[in-house]
Order: sequence, then structure tokens, then C-alpha cells
Amino acid sequence: MTEIEFLNWVRGPGFQIAVVIFIAGIIIRFAEILLLGRKTNLAEAKGSEMSGGLRTIVTRSFPDRGTFQRSTFTIVAGYIFHIGLFVTIFLFAPHILMFKDVIGFSWPSLPTPVVDAVAVVTIIALLAVLAHRMSNTVLKFLTNTEDLLVWLVTILPLITGYIAFHRIGMTAPSLLAIHILSVELLLVILPFTKLMHAFTFVLSRWYNGAISGYRGVES
Amino acid sequence: MTNNKDKTLLDNSGVDKTGVDKTLGEVLRSQGVSRRSFLKFCAATASMMAMSPAMIPKIAHALESARRPSVIWLSFQECTGCTESLTRAHTATIESLIFDFISLDYHHTLQAAAGHAAEEAREAAMKENDGKYLLVVDGSIPMDNPGYSTIAGISNYDMLMETAKGAAAIIAVGTCATYGGIPHADPNPTGAVSVGDLIKDKPIINVPGCPPIPVVITGVLMHFLTFGTIPELDHIGRPKVFYGQSIHDRCYRRPFYDKGLFAETFDDEGAKKGWCLYKLGCKGPTTYNACATTKWNDGTSWPIEAGHPCLGCSEPDFWDGGGFYKSLSMPTENITQTAIYTVAGAAAAGVALGAMNKNKKSSAVAAHNKTTIDDLEK
Ligand code: SF4
Ligand code: SF4
Repeated sequence: MTEIEFLNWVRGPGFQIAVVIFIAGIIIRFAEILLLGRKTNLAEAKGSEMSGGLRTIVTRSFPDRGTFQRSTFTIVAGYIFHIGLFVTIFLFAPHILMFKDVIGFSWPSLPTPVVDAVAVVTIIALLAVLAHRMSNTVLKFLTNTEDLLVWLVTILPLITGYIAFHRIGMTAPSLLAIHILSVELLLVILPFTKLMHAFTFVLSRWYNGAISGYRGVES
Repeated sequence: MTNNKDKTLLDNSGVDKTGVDKTLGEVLRSQGVSRRSFLKFCAATASMMAMSPAMIPKIAHALESARRPSVIWLSFQECTGCTESLTRAHTATIESLIFDFISLDYHHTLQAAAGHAAEEAREAAMKENDGKYLLVVDGSIPMDNPGYSTIAGISNYDMLMETAKGAAAIIAVGTCATYGGIPHADPNPTGAVSVGDLIKDKPIINVPGCPPIPVVITGVLMHFLTFGTIPELDHIGRPKVFYGQSIHDRCYRRPFYDKGLFAETFDDEGAKKGWCLYKLGCKGPTTYNACATTKWNDGTSWPIEAGHPCLGCSEPDFWDGGGFYKSLSMPTENITQTAIYTVAGAAAAGVALGAMNKNKKSSAVAAHNKTTIDDLEK
């Protein structure tokens, strides 16, 4: 297989396979969660599930003061890499072209040098998060293989993308193909690991808020 | 294009053998090329091939005393674009004189003889120069059915194998000969393969392009004439001096790419300002060729300078990249359709799995034994 054949494969059939697994995985997992249902709560409602749930979806994006003081590093680094991922994935011009091809519409991009800088910051944040996790006894104890796997598949597209953009070390078609392949790996793995929180966070936050809302307390 | 040049090429086809034993220096002088312009040409060649200026006198000497090498040019499944590129390059330059200088003993398109007479010329040249002649091939070879392309009743495969046997080296010219090219494009109806797919025991120089840049073709010939060796090749057989850098890395529009300034259509403000053509499908980032530096038509311009994205013509399978106007970051298949089908299929699967899980849950609830006081007293 020549490197152009490799590139054509990851842009074609490879991408197709990844998208099928990604979409099917997400839908099946959502269906399973939703169809399982919840036990009827026999206690008398003291407030609204809906308002508590909706409120929590938003408020959980901001740490309360106590949590922030206890886990400053985790929260700051977490914010940085989450925003960084958003910027690099959704605001880089070539990526927007890809989205446009699939979903039919587009949005403005950020200047390339900005995205480039954000990518570097994001990579550093992800490295720092891992270093922190491995140097903290408790966090290290709690770390399992899945945690390392999801870290790896998250940072790989960033690193391969950075290298492909700056064209370091290999010929360009291979660099681009490897980058796209790393994204396909992420797509395939996402629905079946805790990376699924990218979608389920809405449900779980709503659920947390709804419990409190039902009891008439603030979550 | 001068008729004069056509004539010279025809003269080399075995019909008129004037000048057969002259050295290149003699041929050039007889064509009225001054020593000064010859040295200028050698200097230009040295710089194009990334050699030190100290090499110029050596190149000049080697070329001047070079004797006409015998060249057999075979054309298989091709469109003659590669030959056109070379012969219609520009007005008579030293490159074209060098091309005239080689003893083109056989070339389907350019020779006057046809049919069996032409085949005889080929066989004679092969016999006379056994082990020394240069074989140039353009076009791919059909392997599904030899009848797809034959010359004087001989299949392309047979002719290639037979002629390659006594060749000193093979130059595959154009993307068809080097990587299968357009005939090889999906679904490859003729089972087209490249020269390199079939011949493993001879040095092969790949000079891809659709067509290749004329000075690249003559540059490779020059190298062979000057040093008698083949130039350093990259991982897919291309001379590094010409294919060592990508279009994108030498593109004068690169600063716009780096800033993220793109032409969105062929006639918008960005296009007028000369911004990067990435969004219009430019394959420059993944294409290795010399267009950005040597340019086309005697250095006049080149595709991207003319406002059109690079098609990636010097790379294998450039025809199968999802379309010339699809950006490199876009998928080559119809992902929207794939996604819609997946949503439908997965929704059904999800409901079925959900029902199964619900069943499991209720049977688990039903099977659950409540602990009674009696149990605790046991
Ligand atoms: S026009 Fe093509 S080759 Fe030139 S910078 Fe843009 S993408 Fe690269
Ligand atoms: S710009 Fe690209 S497509 Fe055009 S001739 Fe050069 S390599 Fe081929």
C-alpha cells in the first residue's frame, strides 16, 4: 500500500467505518440508558424535577468555591484542555470543511496561528493532567487501564495534527493519514469508554439536579 | 512549437542517421549553440539538480564528449500527453536539443516507420546496443486481458518484458507508467499496472506527473548522460532532486495558508488577492513535484500561479482522492448518507437491546427472594 493509498483509505472507507461505529455506539448506549427507566418515586414531590435538572446542567459547568480550592489544578487544567479541544476540533478551517461536507453547513474559523497556539497549550495541559494523576498517590491508585487509554486517544489526534500541520519527520501524505487515523481511533473508542461523557454529561447532570429538585432542595 | 523540431525528432527515428556518431558537443555546435549558452545551461542544470558550482565544468565536459545513447521509447496505455509535454515544451532550447541528441531508435508516436518496419528498428536497436540502451516507457500495462492494448500484435506486457531485458536502465515517464495513472483509477477496468510492478531486476527511475514537467524529463536524461548512473531516488522511485520537496512547501501562496486566508470560490476576493487554494481542493500539501520551482512553459507560470489548485498528479492514485475540488480534509465517501443509515439501524438495535435489558431487569426483580424474619432466625 502506498502512502497515498493509505491516505485515500483513511479519508474514505476508514472514515466511514469509524463514523458507523461512533454513531451506532452513541445511539445504542443512549437507548439502553433511557429505556431502562427509573423506579417511580413514591415520595411526595416537593419541587420540580425539570427546573432542578435543567439548572444543574448549566451550573455544574462552574465549580463551587470549596471544590475549586481543593482541586485547583484539576479544574484549571481540565478547563484548559476542554476548551482547547473545542477550539482545535471545531474552529480550525480544514476541520470546518470536513464538518461542512458531512452536515452541510459551516461556521467561521479562527486564524490558523491561533489554533496552532491553542493546540500546543492543550497538549501541555493534557500532559500535565497525566503527570499530576501519576504523581498523586490517591489518583494513581484510582487509575485503571481505561483511564490511560482514553487519555491516549485524546492526546494522539492533537499531537499527530500538530506534527502533520508542521510537517515534521515524515512525508506529508503519511503524516496526514496518521492524523486522520488517530481521529478515527478516537471516534471508535469514544462510545464505549468514559469519553462518552461528552454526550451523557447532559443526562447525568439533569438526573442529579432532578433528584434534588424533586425533594425541593438545591443540588 | 517549431516544425523544425519535429523534423529533428523524426530524423532520429532510424530513417535518417545523420550525426549518429557525433558527440553532444558537436551536435550542439552544428546547431549553432554557443559555448557561452551551453555553459549557462550547464550552470542552470547544476543548480536545478542541487549540485555545487564546482560541478559545472565537469558536467560540461561529460556532456560535450557524451556519445549518443540509444533510447527505445515504448508507449502503452497512455494519452500521448507525456510525449506532447516533452516535444511541445517550448521553442528550441538546449533541453530539446539534448532530447534530439539521444538516438531515439524507436518511438511509436514520433517515428516515421510503422508496423513491422518499426518493430524491426526496435529489435535492431536492442541487438546492437544490448545491455546499454535506455528504455523509456509511458503508459500503464493492462494485465486483465492482453488484447486491451497491443502494438503490431504484440501485447504491452510481452513487449515491455522483452525490451527491458537488455536495457541498462528504465525511465518510467508519467504517472501511468510509474504508478498506473488514470487507467489504474478505480475500478481499474483493464487491470493496469506500472512498470515497477512488473520489473524488479532493473534500475527504474520514476518520473511521474500528468504529464511530467519537460525539464524534469530532460534533467533525468542529462543525469544519465553526464554520470552514466541513475540519480538518487525517493521511496517511490522518484529522483529526489526534482521530487524532494512538496508543492505546498515551495508554494508562494503558503504564507496565506499559514495565516488561514483561503479563496472560497474561483472568483471571490480571496482568489483575486492570490490567497491559498486549499479550500478549492488543492492537493499541494500531499504532492511532491517541482512545479513550484521549475514552473511550466519555459518558466512562465504553473497551475497554482494560474489560480487552479494542484491535482496531485505526480502521486500514485491521484485520480482516486475523492475529487479534484474536494479539500484534503474532506472525506472521500458520502458520509452524510452513511450517518443517516447508521442512525436508523442503530435506533432499531438500541430499542431491541433496551427491551432485552428491561426484560432482564424485570426477571431479576421477579426472581429476587425477600429475606423474611424466619430466614434471619435460622
Ligand atoms: S495553494 Fe495549495 S500548495 Fe499552495 S499553500 Fe495553498 S494548499 Fe499549499
Ligand atoms: S501543480 Fe500539482 S497537479 Fe499541477 S502539474 Fe504540478 S504536481 Fe501536477
